Amino acid sequence: MMNSSNATLLDGRIAAQAVGVAFRKLDPRLLFRNPVMFVTAIVALLTSLIFVRDLVQGADVLLTGQIAAWLWFTVLFANFAEAVAEGRGKAQAASLRRTRTETMARKLASIEATACESVAAASLRAGDLVLVEAGDTIPGDGEVVDGIATVNESAITGESAPVIRESGGDRSAVTGGTLVVSDRIVVRITANPGESFLDRMIALVEGAKRQKTPNEIALTILLVGMTIIFLLVTVTLQGFALYTGFLIPVVFLVALLVTLIPTTIGGLLSAIGIAGMDRLVKFNVIAKSGRAVEAAGDIDVLLLDKTGTITLGNRQAAEFLPLTGVQEHELAEAALLSSLADETPEGRSIVALARQRAGIALPADRSGMVFVAFTAQTRMSGVDLGDRRIRKGAVDRMRAWMEEQASIGPAQGRELTGLVERVARSGGTPLVVADGRRLLGVIYLKDIVKPGIRERFATLRQMGIRTVMITGDNPLTAAAIAAEAGVDDFLAEATPELKLERIRQYQAEGRLVAMCGDGSNDAPALAQADVGVAMNTGTQAAREAGNMVDLDSDPTKLIEIVMIGKQLLMSRGALTTFSIANDVAKYFAIIPALFVAAYPPLQALNIMALHSPASAILSAIIFNALVIIFLIPLALKGVRYRPAPAASLLARNLLLYGLGGLVVPFLGIKLIDLAVTALGLV
Amino acid sequence: MTADGILQILFTLALLALLTPLFGGYMARVFAGERTWLSPLVGPVERGLYRLAGIDPAKEQHWTSYTLALLAFNLLGLLLLYAVLRLQGWLPLNPAGLGAVSPDLAFNTAISFTSNTNWQAYGGESTLSYFSQMVGLTVQNFVSAATGFAVAVALIRGFARRSGRTVGNFWADLVRATLYVLLPLAFVSAIFLVWQGVPQNFGAYVSANTLEGAQQILAQGPVASQIAIKQLGSNGGGFFNVNSAHPYENTTALSNLIQTLYLLLLASALVYSFGRMVKDTRQGWALWAAMSIMLVTGIGVTYWAEAQGNPAIAALGVNDTASESNSGGNMEGKEVRFGTALSSLWAVSTTAASNGSVNAMHDSFTPIGGLVPMANIMLGEVIFGGVGAGLYGMLVFVILAVFIAGLMVGRTPEYLGKKIEAKEIKLALLAVLVYPVCILGGAALTAVIPSALASVANAGPHGLSEILYAYASGTGNNGSAFAGFNANTLYHNSMIGLAMLLGRFAVIVPTLAIAGSLVTKKTLPASAGTFPTHGGLFIGLLIATIVIVGGLTFFPALALGPIAEHLSLQAGTLFGAIP
Repeated sequence: MMNSSNATLLDGRIAAQAVGVAFRKLDPRLLFRNPVMFVTAIVALLTSLIFVRDLVQGADVLLTGQIAAWLWFTVLFANFAEAVAEGRGKAQAASLRRTRTETMARKLASIEATACESVAAASLRAGDLVLVEAGDTIPGDGEVVDGIATVNESAITGESAPVIRESGGDRSAVTGGTLVVSDRIVVRITANPGESFLDRMIALVEGAKRQKTPNEIALTILLVGMTIIFLLVTVTLQGFALYTGFLIPVVFLVALLVTLIPTTIGGLLSAIGIAGMDRLVKFNVIAKSGRAVEAAGDIDVLLLDKTGTITLGNRQAAEFLPLTGVQEHELAEAALLSSLADETPEGRSIVALARQRAGIALPADRSGMVFVAFTAQTRMSGVDLGDRRIRKGAVDRMRAWMEEQASIGPAQGRELTGLVERVARSGGTPLVVADGRRLLGVIYLKDIVKPGIRERFATLRQMGIRTVMITGDNPLTAAAIAAEAGVDDFLAEATPELKLERIRQYQAEGRLVAMCGDGSNDAPALAQADVGVAMNTGTQAAREAGNMVDLDSDPTKLIEIVMIGKQLLMSRGALTTFSIANDVAKYFAIIPALFVAAYPPLQALNIMALHSPASAILSAIIFNALVIIFLIPLALKGVRYRPAPAASLLARNLLLYGLGGLVVPFLGIKLIDLAVTALGLV
Repeated sequence: MTADGILQILFTLALLALLTPLFGGYMARVFAGERTWLSPLVGPVERGLYRLAGIDPAKEQHWTSYTLALLAFNLLGLLLLYAVLRLQGWLPLNPAGLGAVSPDLAFNTAISFTSNTNWQAYGGESTLSYFSQMVGLTVQNFVSAATGFAVAVALIRGFARRSGRTVGNFWADLVRATLYVLLPLAFVSAIFLVWQGVPQNFGAYVSANTLEGAQQILAQGPVASQIAIKQLGSNGGGFFNVNSAHPYENTTALSNLIQTLYLLLLASALVYSFGRMVKDTRQGWALWAAMSIMLVTGIGVTYWAEAQGNPAIAALGVNDTASESNSGGNMEGKEVRFGTALSSLWAVSTTAASNGSVNAMHDSFTPIGGLVPMANIMLGEVIFGGVGAGLYGMLVFVILAVFIAGLMVGRTPEYLGKKIEAKEIKLALLAVLVYPVCILGGAALTAVIPSALASVANAGPHGLSEILYAYASGTGNNGSAFAGFNANTLYHNSMIGLAMLLGRFAVIVPTLAIAGSLVTKKTLPASAGTFPTHGGLFIGLLIATIVIVGGLTFFPALALGPIAEHLSLQAGTLFGAIP
């Protein structure tokens, strides 16, 4: 189970491995991916060469040696940060991989075929058919094309109760590594080796094939630009020094360069990205790309299905509302009889209510009863008892049915309309019950809004995210539930086409839309949405269309996903700001140190009262290296995110990372200066 | 600092604030192509010009054709001006009989005026004929300013339009800026200046006897018409060598007030137009506030430094205490008529604004007093800045500020509903990089090439300040100078010419590319999750970004220049002139 693998922030074992990896990452081909660190490594190499030259010539190399060492440390610390993030990812990946034990698969030539061939699961390709029976492990991601089975998916989701998987319908997708508990199914494999969700996720959390996300690319460009600017600053400074009549030692210029270029954020950037993916996995969400996670932070509109997300699973029958002249008992009996053939939870709740409320017994003898089963198309069910034709169903359906039998009297019609509207306005769903030509009354199906959901929507509103409830209910019912749950908007009588159209409409307005879905008919909308989260219990079509899969199949998790996306961006922004703000203090350490010999009055700029030029430069470079180590936990954990309007988030973060970034290095450099002086390192 | 001085400064700034929405609202209408009260008069001329040139002003251009049109137009103007200067001896209106301008100086001057810099490596009255000044320079004063407007307006459209393709029509923007904004205002102002006593004639130079009995040549010419546009169009190229310190170029207290106001007027108004054009005047006012805060701070520092005077001179027993008859402070290189207050106000405004005209010699300011103008230029002249150029420069900084800090609210950064992504960052950095490359690169080369270094007039840190100022002024298209520096050499004419060229067009092209990229984007509706860009927080953030990015780039060089000079002066160390 993945939740158990929550490694502590700096697990000793991971850290120990990361140290080794940090050295291996000195490979120039790997370093080149990170321009800031590449420049740092080059100047570290240059300084080392100077160190060797001076050593050979017998010059004083104490300072040069230390600077060279700290420059290498800077690169290593950055590599270490990345290695730790990857290490934690690998730990996650290992637990993901454990679910994919090497199994054998029974490959079928066709659905009808009876003979099967035993092959290694790893050799299966998309399109292959395999037979899986009780006790077998499903060999790969796929879709049930024949049969029905209960499957234990605890290996993936941590949920121990087995679930039903069957061909057709919305519960046809199966995941490799899960266990069939009963029955037999034929599965069509949908992923080639190495391309399954798990494989993709493993690659993402390990950081091996990590593609930079759009925002990360933009930030890298900024960092490269700043590096170029500071290269220019440093190189030209030698010219100005020459004019002034002295030469700045190359080692000092190097120190200036490395302290100015944004090594802090440059060193931690990829660690932040990897850790973001990692956090997502901990929430049992698999993302197909980092881009999707980043997009989640930008979401403006959340489309949420009402059922299961906003309201507690299924509607429950709550009340029988008879028309004038009809006894409640009579209505309850008809409701019970007509619902016997309705196996939906709603149907069962009607039967239960009739038994409890009206004390009606289930008919012992069902001979002579011809049942009309409930279907999604007819949206009604019933029973024929000789001449009696008892029916219950959705209002429009029942009206149509009644019209076929006989016209409804105007008074009855008005009364029915009144009852229906009363139910709808209070957020319930009305079902109409009739016995042949006789209209009996209305069943009140109540929708129960999940406790605490209102507060969550209020939070989202604070974050600037609009919530839209999607429901098949009529507009009146939808409006009532929307008001009770506190969503901003709703889409009533939703069809897949309407959903898609609504998403496109929001996108045309420039909004980014997230939604979750599970059914095949959700696939177009999931693909259209900027962030589409498919439920793991859903169809393979839905899982392919979305860009994330929630292993727990919990629609409210969209909210967490959005927060993780935001946290990812915030962490980058905060550390960039911190990195740039740090430069101010470094200037006040290094500039007087470089120039005080030429212009003694420049000592006035040494506001930290650092001991000597040598100690000032060394302290700045040590601070620059150590700050990377100190910020690794922040990079891995992410900047704290509390839902709040952007203005207050900005104010808080600017204060913390902007102002903090200005002040902290003054203190840090001063302390290090005291230390290196006391230790006699300069 | 005197109460008088402070009052004069505040009065000028208050006037600026009052006129900003007035002119800005008008300009917003002009650039939207709407009817204005000048339309009955100017409309026929405008339409006539379009017909003559075969241009359909309603036909909008993609950013690439907009840029090509702009570059082609400027290249032609450059070549024409070069030809006029080289052929000066054969051209009319040359009563002083001045000969052809040397190739390198003509190259430098032609770039200088097409790039809206007006760096003057020559002395106006001793080098250029009336024809060169009027047909050559004054024409460029108009169209280079109009070019700046065009770029800014195209960028504004990039922000304001949603999912568009085109950024406007360059020819229409150019013509409208010239006909509706620059020409009428310059015309009225020239007449005003004539009333104030500024010459406007084609007369020969006048010979006069001074009180001491010496002979003096008094230069004449069509001065007023050039002064009006030099101030309005953030050009700054004076008719006379000493620019607006010359009593003919800046005659009275009233002319000084109007000219100071004009340094900033149109740039300031355009910021308001920006707010109007993006349909949210708060956005315009936020940028305006950021600019004003930096301007007022700069004026305060310079005025304070100048009012303090020079301790080395005071030590010689010179009375620099302010009194009824003595403005006090550091009066070297200043007009007695203007004193330290109005000289400081002008110096800081002219460098904030990319104008570059002067009414006092910046070279003679105290180190800190001179540091502020230099820093203004190095920060990119975004404190109101050149007409158009200031606003688009500021918007480039806004893009950077919004990107760095905007991430901290947990969304892809956006400004005015447009997402700031890799492409915009790349282009913004290209524009920003021009400054360190040209200023630091150019100055460092000068510092190490002995023949180039010979142009420096002073030893020690002040010499470095002169070099830095020259290349900053060229790159920033400012045009003012630490005038001790002898810029009229083959080397500096060429290098500063190059710096001016890059400082202008290597910024304009990426800026227009940003406009082209932004205009295609959807406009995201604002929500509580959007980081607001009109409040005090944003203003502070923007200022901090400009000061820190600029400061980090130039602080080391400045430490060896004005800062070392200031600290040495306080410590009593003097460096003297190069013998």
